[in-house]
Amino acid sequence: MHYLAADYLAAEPNPIVPIWQELVVGTIAFAVLCFVLMKFAFPRMEATFRARVEAIEGGIQKAEAAQAEANALLEQYRAQLAEARTEAARIRDEARAEAMNIKTDLLAQAREDSDRVIAAGREQLVAERETVARELRATMGQIAVDLASKIVGEVLEDEVRRRGTVERFMADLEGEGIR
Amino acid sequence: MVLADELPFPPSVEDFHLVPAWVSKFTVLVWIAVALIIIFFLVLYRNPKLVPTRGQWLAESFYGFVRDRVAGDLIGHEGLRFAPYLATLFSFILLTNLFGIVPGIQISTNTHIAFTAMLAVISYVLFVAVGIRKFGFWHYWKKSLFLPAPLAVQPILIPIEFVSTFVVRPLTLAIRLFANMFAGHVILLVFTLGGFVLLNSSAWFLKPISVLSWVMAIALTFLEALVILLQAYVFVVLTASYVQGALVEDH
Repeated sequence: MHYLAADYLAAEPNPIVPIWQELVVGTIAFAVLCFVLMKFAFPRMEATFRARVEAIEGGIQKAEAAQAEANALLEQYRAQLAEARTEAARIRDEARAEAMNIKTDLLAQAREDSDRVIAAGREQLVAERETVARELRATMGQIAVDLASKIVGEVLEDEVRRRGTVERFMADLEGEGIR
Repeated sequence: MVLADELPFPPSVEDFHLVPAWVSKFTVLVWIAVALIIIFFLVLYRNPKLVPTRGQWLAESFYGFVRDRVAGDLIGHEGLRFAPYLATLFSFILLTNLFGIVPGIQISTNTHIAFTAMLAVISYVLFVAVGIRKFGFWHYWKKSLFLPAPLAVQPILIPIEFVSTFVVRPLTLAIRLFANMFAGHVILLVFTLGGFVLLNSSAWFLKPISVLSWVMAIALTFLEALVILLQAYVFVVLTASYVQGALVEDH
């Protein structure tokens, strides 16, 4: 019985005790695996991941740059538009002011002209009236003389009075003419 | 009942040590796993493009998962440089675990503690080395062992901290993975071989029950698939979290 048990124990390996050959083989095999994967497989994956991130980030950066450029252009166009608007407004204001000036000038000139025409007319009138008056005075004298010559036969004696009458008549005529 | 005599039932620890030598099913499987993983990544990533193809996407997702979800989220920005190792570790454990439910192979190399111990030792050396490199030898030990606590408690606290960080961590890493795979294999063996034992039983009414046994074996295979994924993930996450613990600033 004792012999049998000893036999059994000898035949039965202890699972908790490592087999040293397996330790050696396992270590070498695992080392080979580590070497190959950590040298050739995973670093390439890291490189691919990095390249992918860079590609995405590059794309984003490109898009951002394009966006910025577009924004700058837009801003520039807006500024130009605003400038053009200001310019147009300024030109319009100037034109309006100029038109106003021209109008005022024209008005003033017209008024001046009309004043001048009126003054000239008035002067001419005065001159003509004086001429007419002078002519009339002469004609009146002639008429009066003629009249007097016709009457002379009847009333010769009072020559002084007649002249006075004529003078008075003339004076009256002039006074009325002036008025 | 000749067959029943030949069937190795019940399963014993011996089932895991078929030919313990330099060239055994286990060492060969480890080499196959290494070759398959290398081929997988190198073939799918032979010609990487910015816009990935299906295969490239598959390889990238695997690495990206470990890189972002484990290294990035757990360790932080500093952790990205550990992503290649963690991804290698994850792929290795995942595939060697998967061998446990691959028809024709039916056993994971991680049922041998030698392989899980090897991985645990690497994780251990990694996190200690990372800590010493960042803080310097003495500062790292001080940081790891001296917690902000009253001086009177330190005589108890320091040994506890030492054991939990520098003794228990590698042991649990190795044993957790090994034991899960070992137990999973035993369970599958029990139900699969049990089915044959029942079929060959002399009692006729036991024979149909073998079908139930095999159905259970299939159902448990799915459970085993879950355990395989989970244990690979847990190993990697714990390694990452130990590295994070070594990198973190003083309390």
